[in-house]
Amino acid sequence: ARLRAEVLNCPSMAGADGDDSLYPIAVLIDELRNEDVQLRLNSIKKLSTIALALGVERTRTELLPFLTDTIYDEDEVLLALAEQLGNFTMLVGGPEYVHCLLPPLESLATVEETVVRDKAVESLRKISHEHSPVDLEVHFEPLVKRLASGDWFTSRTSACGLFSVCYPRVSSTVKAEIRQHFRNLCSDDTPMVRRAAASKLGEFAKVLELEYVKSDIISLFTALASDEQDSVRLLAVEACVSIATLLPQEDLETLVMPTLRQAAEDKSWRVRYMVADKFSELQKAVGPEITKNDLVPAFQNLLKDCEAEVRAAAANKVKEFCENLPEDSRETIIMTHILPCVKELVSDTNQHVKSALASVIMGLSTILGKDNTIEHLLPLFLAQLKDECPEVRLNIISNLDCVNEVIGIRQLSQSLLPAIVELAEDAKWRVRLAIIEYMPLLAGQLGVEFFDEKLNSLCMAWLVDHVYAIREAATCNLTKLVEKFGAEWAQNTIVPKVLGMANDPNYLHRMTTLFCINALSEACGQEITTKHMLPVVLKMSNDQVANVRFNVAKSLQKIGPVLDSNCLQTEVKPVLEKLAADQDIDVKYFAQEAISVLALA
Amino acid sequence: VSSSSSSSLNAEKVDGFPRRSMRRARQRRSHSSSQFRYQSSQVELTPLPLLKDAPVAELHDLFCKKLQQCCVLFDFLDCVADLKGKEIKRAALNELVESVATSRGVLIEPLYPEAIKMISVNIFRTLPPSENPDFDPEEDEPTLEASWPHLQLVYEFFLRFLESPDFQPSMAKRYVDQKFVLQLLELFDSEDPREREYLKTILHRVYGKLLGLRAYIRKQINNIFLRFIYETEHFNGVAELLEILGSIINGFALPLKSEHKQFLVRVLIPLHTAKSLSIFHAQLAYCVVQFMEKDATVTEYIIRGLLKYWPKTCTQKEVMFLGEIEEILDVIEPSQFIRVQEPLFKQIAACISSPHFQVAERALYFWNNEYILSLIEENCQVILPLVFGTLYRVSKEHWNQTIVSLIYNVLKTFMEMNSKLFDDLTASYKVEKQKELKRERERAELWRSLEEQQERRLQSLGEASRNQKNLQEREKNSKNEPENSAANAT
Repeated sequence: ARLRAEVLNCPSMAGADGDDSLYPIAVLIDELRNEDVQLRLNSIKKLSTIALALGVERTRTELLPFLTDTIYDEDEVLLALAEQLGNFTMLVGGPEYVHCLLPPLESLATVEETVVRDKAVESLRKISHEHSPVDLEVHFEPLVKRLASGDWFTSRTSACGLFSVCYPRVSSTVKAEIRQHFRNLCSDDTPMVRRAAASKLGEFAKVLELEYVKSDIISLFTALASDEQDSVRLLAVEACVSIATLLPQEDLETLVMPTLRQAAEDKSWRVRYMVADKFSELQKAVGPEITKNDLVPAFQNLLKDCEAEVRAAAANKVKEFCENLPEDSRETIIMTHILPCVKELVSDTNQHVKSALASVIMGLSTILGKDNTIEHLLPLFLAQLKDECPEVRLNIISNLDCVNEVIGIRQLSQSLLPAIVELAEDAKWRVRLAIIEYMPLLAGQLGVEFFDEKLNSLCMAWLVDHVYAIREAATCNLTKLVEKFGAEWAQNTIVPKVLGMANDPNYLHRMTTLFCINALSEACGQEITTKHMLPVVLKMSNDQVANVRFNVAKSLQKIGPVLDSNCLQTEVKPVLEKLAADQDIDVKYFAQEAISVLALA
Repeated sequence: VSSSSSSSLNAEKVDGFPRRSMRRARQRRSHSSSQFRYQSSQVELTPLPLLKDAPVAELHDLFCKKLQQCCVLFDFLDCVADLKGKEIKRAALNELVESVATSRGVLIEPLYPEAIKMISVNIFRTLPPSENPDFDPEEDEPTLEASWPHLQLVYEFFLRFLESPDFQPSMAKRYVDQKFVLQLLELFDSEDPREREYLKTILHRVYGKLLGLRAYIRKQINNIFLRFIYETEHFNGVAELLEILGSIINGFALPLKSEHKQFLVRVLIPLHTAKSLSIFHAQLAYCVVQFMEKDATVTEYIIRGLLKYWPKTCTQKEVMFLGEIEEILDVIEPSQFIRVQEPLFKQIAACISSPHFQVAERALYFWNNEYILSLIEENCQVILPLVFGTLYRVSKEHWNQTIVSLIYNVLKTFMEMNSKLFDDLTASYKVEKQKELKRERERAELWRSLEEQQERRLQSLGEASRNQKNLQEREKNSKNEPENSAANAT
């Protein structure tokens, strides 16, 4: 407390003298040690302020040693510390001194909690670039080695993420050591470390010289890809993409393909899932020849896998895979190998598989062209449009634009309509909401006539849905339709129906009229608003339900800008004044607000 | 189904809005293991003679044939496929179980590899993806293993095999090796509780009989737990593995090896952070208390560890932590209690002031425990000042009457314990509050001035860099100008 008092007298003095570094470190450290975690956390988050107050030298000699020694705290505090230290270079005196940050970050890189450790590694990676090549060898690389040979798995796990940042900038002897350490960690006896190493294998391969990629990385890759734990094997699949990209085409067959083939047929579905999930990347990495010979049959198998998870992941890639096939044989491959599998997936037993397929299948039409689409794909689209699972139908509808470009949507309209009607009346309101969102798109593609004939009644029915979110979306939908079809169309088809609801016995429906008017007035323009909408709104100011009355006030405020000033003065103002004297407090409030916003006072 | 739809119809009548989104009653589902590519050429099984009718000379040979027959796997998702074959295998397994359990002298050396092979082929499989990715073991019905009619008998056979008086660990260890155990441990992730129950008993027997595998089993369980805590947060068999560990810990020799202490501090204590703690908390707390009863010196690690991971937002977990603390305090040695009382009672005070009444209530129940009460009484000088402020404040503020009356009881107990100290603290309460406020203001002031200073520094830094930039630009301009004027001149 004495120290504190001393400090509190300091700032003014310090400011006057221009000497800012008078804060005794003890006081600041007290803040970092506060008993209350939240306060401690706040202090750590402002560590840069503290460092600035201490100046670079005392930050190096006093603050950092303190931080290094007292790392036993709540993980949340440690996380904040790990993050702060990544941005501390200037505060310790620039790149020349950046290695001072290594000791506290080293300790943080060994803690148990993954989030903290990852953040410490991220900060270490960041400051590694600020090290000079000499400092990197003298300070940074020894740290990596210490972590790599630590007792507990956490430090070894952290080391895995640091090899690739220092490797490119050290001498060849040190490089050899780094490679050796990485090899050791790839065969570590805890699976956690092997997983960390496997997940960094691709990244590390990228910074290695090609000869070492061939001699070191390939053997590590092969070993990890046949690890006893599937959680390790599946990470090797990820690395496969980077490794294949690095190797010259002629080496792929011998060095990578045996492992990849094995992964695609792994007994664990997790590994096969990973292959399916990374399929497009793999395809690009191995090139067209291997794709034709190996990946096509592998892809077929994944599409027919016994686990739905794998089939769904593969189904998701159908379009991308087909797109990336070599042009000369694309159509043949799709027609003879891929399409038969796709046909089976359309009637899969699992709805996730079907809906994954539905989200991409329409994309095939641009690849296959008009005739094939009509002959082969159209039946599939139609089948999916009739699927029992609403998500499948929605996915088809949401991608209609792809087909529209190729064959025109009319081909589908016969089947489309029942599908839309059924979705529009689905029991789940989220499904109804989703189909509403596609209405403007459908309206645009199907044209105004078709719309008026078949879909308009649906759009109006949503206005009286029993879920508010649907009524709201339906209102918004009307605005978009008017933007598409124009004001005249609105006046003839929508406005009469909307205004009709003003007399509905249910006050919620009467309010919907007001919400629609709010949304439509701008798109419909002054004439329609003044002539048709305003009278209805004004009349509703006599409604017996207060909610309707204050929504009248809100509506008037909203449509006011569309009206001319004469109309505002003679028609709107008296009604608002009447509402401002309403007995209900909310009605009064919104009426007064409207009066002031419209400047009618 | 019909009853639920009629009740939803009734609900519709009441409020006029149909409740269509009502959750449908979930059906019990079962799934088959992820057998990648069933053997395509299914072997046709033909029934073999019964074991009990076999002449002694042929018994082992027949036993062996039955084991081989049981290596054939069937598709249980298709429940009518190959019913005859399934029945033959079921009968054979039943016979094998019966024979191993009742007759002596059956288990001779050549049968070991065949038996272990049959077991491996049947039980080791990649567990299928969970049908319900957000599976909540407390709420949802587990997905059951479809091939259980056979699988159960295989497990039963394995168990009888291990428990047979003829069982020879020296022969078994050649086949029940590290790889075998690792696969066995992976199976604990099965969603089917019946399977995990068998696995628990079996692993326990393996641990008991095959001494060479003990360290390896412990290490692999460690790895499973660490992956569960820090990577996936998902593993169905944590409770079962902890149950086995409970009895393993019970058998630890003294003094405790550092490996075991490390397991306590780095694995068991962090397990408390899991989201799904409630599923295995009882088993976990049992393990923790076992450690304390073995060696009292680990108490401090345990308590400080629990305090470090104390739940911040989940009150349900907080109640569990308090329960565990009480279990620990029940057996704590007074000398150990003194080492942890300060941080512990700060936390207890924080729990008492929790707005969630179950947390506050659970903490206040400590004062109903006679042993804990005696510890508190012995250390009243330390503990009362730690909790007094909270008790005093909460007794005036808490919304729940039960809490308020519990606090009055606690205050009364303290008054009786040490009335002098109690009076002193009551008298100084206001002064302490004032001091606290003053400290708060001082802190705010300190940070305000620190931030002002930072502002000034940054400003002067900015100015410096601006000046430098200006200077550079001026130099550049002065260099350019002569050229320009020269160009103009020509």
